[in-house]
Amino acid sequence: MDVVNQLQRQFIDYSASLHREGFLDDQFTQLQKLQDDNSPDFVVEVASLFFEDCEKLINNMARALEQQQGVDFKQVDASVHQLKGSSSSIGAMRVKDVCIAFRSFCEAQNREG
Amino acid sequence: PFHFSFSYASNLPVFYPFNPYNKNISKKPTTSPKKKNMVLAESGFSSPRNDAFPAGLRVLVVDDDPTWLKILEKMLKKCSYEVTTCCLAREALNLLRERKDGYDIVISDVNMPDMDGFKLLEHVGLEMDLPVIMMSVDGETSRVMKGVQHGACDYLLKPIRMKELRNIWQHVFRKKIHEVRDIESLEGFESIQMTRSGYDLFDDGHFLSGDDTTSGRKRKDADNKHDDRELSDPSSTKKARVVWTVDLHQKFVKAVNLIGFDKVGPKKILDLMNVPWLTRENVASHLQKYRLYLSRLQKESDIKNSFIGMKHSDLPSKDSTASFGPNKAMNMIPDDVPNGTYSFSASNSLAQNVDLKGQGDLKGITSAPVAEPKGALSIDIHDSHEAKSTQMSFDHSLGSVDSAVSFASFNSTTPLQYPWTEIPEIQFKQECEPLHLENGFSQLPLPGPSMIENEANRSRIEVKPLLDECRSNFVEHLGPVGAEDLFPIQSKSQSLNNQVFDLISATKSSMKTQDVGLNYLADSEFALRNLNASGVGVPLATLSEDLQICWLQGDCYPMNYGLQDLECPTYDNPALMAETPFHLYDVLRFDHEHLFDPTENYAIDQGLFA
Repeated sequence: MDVVNQLQRQFIDYSASLHREGFLDDQFTQLQKLQDDNSPDFVVEVASLFFEDCEKLINNMARALEQQQGVDFKQVDASVHQLKGSSSSIGAMRVKDVCIAFRSFCEAQNREG
Repeated sequence: PFHFSFSYASNLPVFYPFNPYNKNISKKPTTSPKKKNMVLAESGFSSPRNDAFPAGLRVLVVDDDPTWLKILEKMLKKCSYEVTTCCLAREALNLLRERKDGYDIVISDVNMPDMDGFKLLEHVGLEMDLPVIMMSVDGETSRVMKGVQHGACDYLLKPIRMKELRNIWQHVFRKKIHEVRDIESLEGFESIQMTRSGYDLFDDGHFLSGDDTTSGRKRKDADNKHDDRELSDPSSTKKARVVWTVDLHQKFVKAVNLIGFDKVGPKKILDLMNVPWLTRENVASHLQKYRLYLSRLQKESDIKNSFIGMKHSDLPSKDSTASFGPNKAMNMIPDDVPNGTYSFSASNSLAQNVDLKGQGDLKGITSAPVAEPKGALSIDIHDSHEAKSTQMSFDHSLGSVDSAVSFASFNSTTPLQYPWTEIPEIQFKQECEPLHLENGFSQLPLPGPSMIENEANRSRIEVKPLLDECRSNFVEHLGPVGAEDLFPIQSKSQSLNNQVFDLISATKSSMKTQDVGLNYLADSEFALRNLNASGVGVPLATLSEDLQICWLQGDCYPMNYGLQDLECPTYDNPALMAETPFHLYDVLRFDHEHLFDPTENYAIDQGLFA
């Protein structure tokens, strides 16, 4: 039991730090609240879904950016937008913020950015 | 798992089927007889049970992001709502159509790959008249405004909080109340009495005999007086929607036109329609939607002034819906069924030919007095039996005419020629899925010189989708009749006509329609008139009839295609837009003001013959 407690505490600390650093925001807390006895793995499930989705999106973006002929910024932008939405779903605040910046780069057609 | 079959057998008076004691709420919307209570709650006229109301709300969530779907589902369940999720807009529409009363509210994301969230919003509003909530990460004012314009009840920003979801029931409630109010205001005081007593009946029935289905039936009868509702399940709520079949809608439109659009009122319409079981409320709400649709079309036509063309978007796959119009009141939603899609790629080439021919012919037509084509083409696209909206997008593009593409706008004295450059593209989707009928009408450029002068007048074809559900399962092919009729109007090239006709025939044959029938309101009449124009132009009188094109397939949704204004745009290229998954509506409005009551719309029935 002690181990469990320890792990729990670690988890809490880690969460807190993530929050502090701005990686996570309130949404994550909300998700945690949603978890209950009926769906004990709720957060885990959501997070995994998120990662899957993310991976796809990032791949898309990478491919789009690697285009030799000319980067299709619209596509990149669309992917980023989706990523932004997804990240906000689990409270990945920083990711979301990065997305916002990313999008302005897209608008400026700034590949380097 | 407890399925929501909350039958009246239980003595619990509930508005929604829900089990407060069991959290495992089935995802499927309940189809049981409980739905009826729904309205009771909303009527709010007397309900000690209101406190139970929000629970059990049947929500449909649409979002392409699986993460969000999961989260929302969980949140909504926590609110004791009944949740159904789907990630495709088309699928959502299918679900909605399958079960007209299966859901109370729809929550949809704005950005979705297969269909624009706003479009979906419109469709839902028009077809099912359900409250729709939009969500997005993007909270920019312009987006939010767009959402509201398209009829969204609310616009939520992601990430969404639980508390925001808790209150969504207010939209459902509000809507019910408003519907009652609208009916009342439309029909005047007397209807209030009727309605009230109707409600009382319900309430009494419900309260007193809460545990037997007879009360439900009583309610239904008292309220709907429809025993021939083909759609609803026996336990439909008192607000069970009238099925606006093609016939019914035709009658409706006829009545409206007879009375005069401006002077129309539900009672008059009802009287004219002479449908015994139809209530004034039904007519009133239908009228309201019709009006909204018209105004929506007008706006659209304003936007698309340069084209006199209706793009008839085809329905790509099962659920494509094309919505147009900010008001959800009027929605033309094409349901597409993958099976029955026939796109008219051929039409393109035909159109080209037509253009060429048209050009030659148009010149000859210059002098012919043309009556302002005043006709409303109603194209109904029938989706699955519930489809209430028809989607028709007509592509009218003026082919490039050497002298300039112009639609002759006509005034009372000006001959009007209605060019159709493109053959209506008709796509049928077979119904097991909604049948989509896509018509692309291209207008042949009117003979440049004379027509251009009429530039002042704007001609636009207005397509008014009528919220009719057509029960009839026949769709007449628009092509043969409509095209034929229309073409003579515009150009007199025989070959053109033939071409068009051929095209249409081809389309027809290619269409897999089950029971698709086209109804022409004044088919023969129209044809006659058209011909009268010696192949040139359409005598005004001709067009003044209601042509309703109904695509019936199970349900049809007649669209009124009103030709009101003719514009004389200049075209370079005919643009026949072959539609893809999305339907675009280009509605052009024709002003009839010179010759007709400007607000009159004629519906052209189209049907596809199976």
